[in-house]
Amino acid sequence: MLNKADLLLALQKILAAASVLHEAEDLHPYECDGLSAYRKLPLVVVLPESIDQVQAILRLCYKHDVPVVARGAGTGLSGGALPLENGVLLSLAKFKNIIEIDPDNRTARVQPGVRNVAISQACAKHNLYYAPDPSSQIACTIGGNVAENSGGVHCLKYGLTVHNIAQLKVVTMDGELITIGGSGLDSPGYDLLALMTGSEGMLGVIVEVNVKLLPIPQRAQVILAAFDDVEKAGAAVGNIIAKGIIPAGLEMMDTLAIKAAEDFVHAGYPVEAAAILLCEVDGTNEDVSEHIMSVREILKNSGATEIRTAKDEAERLSFWKGRKAAFPAVGRISPDYYCMDGTIPRKSLPLVLKSISDMSTEYNLRVANVFHAGDGNLHPLILYDANIPGELERTEEFGGRILELCVEVGGTITGEHGVGMEKINQMCVQFNTQELQQFHAVKAAFDEKGLLNPGKAVPTLHRCAELGAMHVHNGELPFPELERF
Amino acid sequence: MSDQSLTLQENIVEAFQQQQAVQIIGGNTKFFYGRTPSGKPLNVSEHSGITNYEPTELVITARGGTKLSEIESLLAENNQMLAFEPPYFGKTATLGGTIACNLSGPRRPYAGAARDYVLGITLLNGKGEILHFGGEVMKNVAGYDVSRLMAGAMGTMGILLEISLKVLPCSDDECTLIKELDEASALKSIAHYSRKALPISASLYDGNKLYIRLCGTSQSVAKAKQKIGGDTLPAKDNFWQIISEHRHAFFNSDMPLWRLSVAPNTRPLRLDGKSLLDWGGAQRWLLSEEPIEKIQHVVEKEGGHAVLFRNGDHDGEVFQVLPEKMLHIHRELKRAFDPESILNPGRMYKVL
Repeated sequence: MLNKADLLLALQKILAAASVLHEAEDLHPYECDGLSAYRKLPLVVVLPESIDQVQAILRLCYKHDVPVVARGAGTGLSGGALPLENGVLLSLAKFKNIIEIDPDNRTARVQPGVRNVAISQACAKHNLYYAPDPSSQIACTIGGNVAENSGGVHCLKYGLTVHNIAQLKVVTMDGELITIGGSGLDSPGYDLLALMTGSEGMLGVIVEVNVKLLPIPQRAQVILAAFDDVEKAGAAVGNIIAKGIIPAGLEMMDTLAIKAAEDFVHAGYPVEAAAILLCEVDGTNEDVSEHIMSVREILKNSGATEIRTAKDEAERLSFWKGRKAAFPAVGRISPDYYCMDGTIPRKSLPLVLKSISDMSTEYNLRVANVFHAGDGNLHPLILYDANIPGELERTEEFGGRILELCVEVGGTITGEHGVGMEKINQMCVQFNTQELQQFHAVKAAFDEKGLLNPGKAVPTLHRCAELGAMHVHNGELPFPELERF
Repeated sequence: MSDQSLTLQENIVEAFQQQQAVQIIGGNTKFFYGRTPSGKPLNVSEHSGITNYEPTELVITARGGTKLSEIESLLAENNQMLAFEPPYFGKTATLGGTIACNLSGPRRPYAGAARDYVLGITLLNGKGEILHFGGEVMKNVAGYDVSRLMAGAMGTMGILLEISLKVLPCSDDECTLIKELDEASALKSIAHYSRKALPISASLYDGNKLYIRLCGTSQSVAKAKQKIGGDTLPAKDNFWQIISEHRHAFFNSDMPLWRLSVAPNTRPLRLDGKSLLDWGGAQRWLLSEEPIEKIQHVVEKEGGHAVLFRNGDHDGEVFQVLPEKMLHIHRELKRAFDPESILNPGRMYKVL
């Protein structure tokens, strides 16, 4: 590997001096992503603005065995863009052009640094939009969405990022530019588009994305239902789906989350409820009218204590406002919170919520639950105070146990936030040695030197072996002084 | 209907040790697809059975050898469906073969392909290891998406022992409209309607007529019918099934049948022969004696790809030639799952 001075010199031959950051004060903004509990300063930050430059940077790093971490807007919640102290942090922030909108084929070709919501805004004049809408959509970028296979509140009906992209341009670690996917609905060979989506920057650097666009639904309508019991709310979700209705969004919040959201944005939520459901249906006018009637009826029969249909667009947005602001709302009632991201089969919801509540007592840490109920994606927010010694560690352990519970009931440790650095230990719970080895072999097929985002997403077998020994002690970890993630 | 995982595993371990190529066979309905099969036949159709179905979770899990007909009839009893409308090409079609070929029917442009509905798999790789990826939940981003990678890989990286799929409710009502148009106007018309919030679930142009299928609530279908206009096709014609299964008169030919995948609104392609445009123009069937090089060149210029689907020479390459770096990645991936290259070698590309 090159020493820092030589690396800087070589990078400055590729990029303007202002696009190569190396002084500590310039590096600090890049020390973490949306998971601020983990921080590290990179060796250097580069801000290329052309694909040629990305290729040249990767060729250089490949030649000299310098690890590279790609970064979009840095809104990721799993530490996937956590820098390496001996590595280059490759920011795609300057790739922010919408290159082309093709309304007749319902696609848009965009650079990776374009913000998620900006795509829909730009396409609105064609009556089209980009469906996946992660809560961070005003800030997060499409390149990061692809790398993480981001979801949002409309996944049950419209799918994740993987269902809504058509083509990628990717630079591999050795600096070659490849096109994955095509102009049609499929492409020859293996489905590398699926493999690349959600690969957390481990297989290549995404430098261009063709997204699929959908016609804007004629109408959307939302119902808010209150329940005095979480289990009843969970059953209501199953009842809606059993009737053959696929809501565009189906969200659940528990008491603590309801109260926090109400205090924050005054959405008019029923604060005495044990749980609320927000059910949105969209489509043609006729479909929406019929489905909203059915949903009302089902909710009533499922024991809802109160049912409100948004009377106009303003009220619909207000119902959603509380949900979309749930995370920052919880941030107001606690110095810090830790967001989990497990997915479970919906039928296990009562059991999982009960266990979380028991653990909440055990660890003496409050939990607010926000739930993409339609697709089983649970976001328990653990409330803690990082200034109290030991509380972050307790929180992480609690969080880890929630994820293990998700796996136990047949779910997964991450539904949409990615593994990154945060859930790397739980990967050892979800996958066995052979499966992890298979993942490593997949990575090696793209990046045989292991230079792209090393150490993230897939744990080494060594790490899992050590962790396995730790598990015997059931929470009481040996060597507590060792740094753990 | 039984679990043959361990027997199949023994077979593969032995093949791995002896470096014996294996030809994976399910219902043997798609023998014509891809390059000419070679290797010792390994029948996986005994490994069958639906292992889990939860209508309210929108998930079904079945062993690879399970007959597609068994799955679809169980779903129909619950008013649900495989939304990608898989073609069978024969009564014995299995789930494993369907996913391995990633074949989808008329609803594909509006509802997604087979691969879009794959939630998880149990895979028997070329070393004889049984591995689980994904699961039975809608959202899962733990680890690489190996499940979807296997869709369309034609068994070259593993045998699909078990597959979990997302299922969807059937719609209340459906109707197909017909309009006589030339090709350019038909494509324009499809592009126009596809940008509107209409309940379209299929669109096709047969050389004379444009067919548009609507699916949704009765009211919604009735309203869309008014907006689009045209004659109504009698439901008893089973038009879309006949198209999907290649029983339409168009397919009744010994000429090489090409499947061209291009952007839906691509202008008429300059290739000799007869064509039928499905998937709103994104999947174009072409009966033509034109040489493979020319067909692939013309389609590639449009950013698409071509595959020789039926008839013609299946000993040579049938899929679109891959650029060098892409081929390299494909070979490395194949090696990662099947180091001795024993699983359906050469079925997709000569070197895979």
